[in-house]
Amino acid sequence: MDNIAIVGIAQTKYERRKKDKTYLDLVYEMTTAALDDAGLTINDIDSVVTVSNDFLDGRTISGMAVGDAAGAYDKNISTVEGDGTFGAFYGAMRVLGGAGTTLVVAHSKGSEGDIKTVTNAMFDPIYQRHLGIEGITSSAIQANAYMHKYGITEEELAAVSVKNHANAMNNPHAQLPLDLTLGDVMDSEMISDPLKKLDCSPVSDGAAAIIIADEEQAKKAKKPPVWIKGFAHCADEYLLGDRDLADPRALREAAEKAFAMAGIDEPMGGIDVVELYDAFSYMEPLWLEGMGFCAPGKGAQLLLDGITAMDGTLPVNPSGGVLSAHAVLVAGLARIVEVVEQLRGTAGARQVKGAKTGLAHGINGPCGQSHCVWILSKEMRG
Amino acid sequence: MAQWLENVEPLTLKGQIAVPYTWWVGDTGSRFLNAVRHEEKIWGTRCETCDAVFVPPKKNCGRCFSSLDQWVEVGTEGMVTAYTIVRFDHPMHPVKGPFAYALIQLDGADVGLLHLITEDLDKLTNGVRVKARFKEKSQRTGHILDIENFQII
Repeated sequence: MDNIAIVGIAQTKYERRKKDKTYLDLVYEMTTAALDDAGLTINDIDSVVTVSNDFLDGRTISGMAVGDAAGAYDKNISTVEGDGTFGAFYGAMRVLGGAGTTLVVAHSKGSEGDIKTVTNAMFDPIYQRHLGIEGITSSAIQANAYMHKYGITEEELAAVSVKNHANAMNNPHAQLPLDLTLGDVMDSEMISDPLKKLDCSPVSDGAAAIIIADEEQAKKAKKPPVWIKGFAHCADEYLLGDRDLADPRALREAAEKAFAMAGIDEPMGGIDVVELYDAFSYMEPLWLEGMGFCAPGKGAQLLLDGITAMDGTLPVNPSGGVLSAHAVLVAGLARIVEVVEQLRGTAGARQVKGAKTGLAHGINGPCGQSHCVWILSKEMRG
Repeated sequence: MAQWLENVEPLTLKGQIAVPYTWWVGDTGSRFLNAVRHEEKIWGTRCETCDAVFVPPKKNCGRCFSSLDQWVEVGTEGMVTAYTIVRFDHPMHPVKGPFAYALIQLDGADVGLLHLITEDLDKLTNGVRVKARFKEKSQRTGHILDIENFQII
């Protein structure tokens, strides 16, 4: 693979409701901010990938509606309906394919629709949708399967919520910076067993953008480019009951491919910081297992041992993660933006000292049906 | 927030996407739902390559991509492999909470069928045996909820 890099980034503060901003406002602001970050103008952008979902936006062909705000006039624009990491994947493929410098911008306003109704609609209309299942209850089934398989306790998962909300206190973009105790999480309202309110990510409004460029353009960028050393995407079966929900095999496949591309033989030694898609507390340890940072069933132990804490050897979600802000579709792109900040050394109070190589991760489909893994680095591919 | 906005009344616009849709259930789905409706029987399709019986049935295996045409009747009883008890209400729920969603591996099947458990929730565990309760024949329409729910045995 040729060397390509992320040369511009932007993200909003995430809030429960941005009543003073439309989708277009958010997309325009993030496009402008990412261009400014990169030291580019809209004329330097050759191709545009927008990330949107028709049900979330309350309109069809929602991707085209934000074209003007994304500076896509007279340009090659296309849309990904899925998490922002998948939008970025498409953007990176465009750059590798010779389409030139590419902007990827994701937006969503969870406040304007009904997230439960929207996530219910991702389920099969013949066999599952009429049962009323949606994002939270399906994930609760996955949490149950995971806990049952490995004997993981609710307290072990509550500890993830405590850690990530505390990390969010160092992140000015986070929606839920919270100083919690295990008791606070355990005593929070039971939503769908075993998930309590503080095990669940919030409904959020927000947007983010990145600009990807080839080696020649990246070397001219205003800020040090963050190089894409490996990226991979893999999907599992669609129906929940067809999968082993406690075994994220699609993530294992994607992570192995991404690590191989990046020339990393041993994940724990090769990665300095992880930003992963923890829409629910149980997802952090489960995804860490899938990424190969520990054996299956041992993800929760990483936190108990302090390894994934800010001062541990593998800080996970220094930003506070998705538990602290969950603008759907945007959240995965935000993981990439956060890792870029870490590798630039500009992450402020949430900076992981000396971070050189980081992993960003996004999911799409119910219960992590598909996974996208990014290995980003201060150094180019060898 | 821009300063001038303080002097402007912010407006919102209410609406919804409500698109009527009629799904073709498909020949495989029609055979499955008609067996539930007319015979109180549950059928799956078997993948020989993967040695797996899928319920609901599918026309091709998601794992090995083989075409599936071998029908297998599975039991109306099975085992709960994973579940959640839902504590909140929402208009799209078919029943009032608390109730449970469960993945149920029916006898003879290799995957979990997603369905409802509405009674004896205090007895619900991973591995508990359950049995399908069908709606009265006159109430059945060829719908997944022709199986009203699963009862803990």
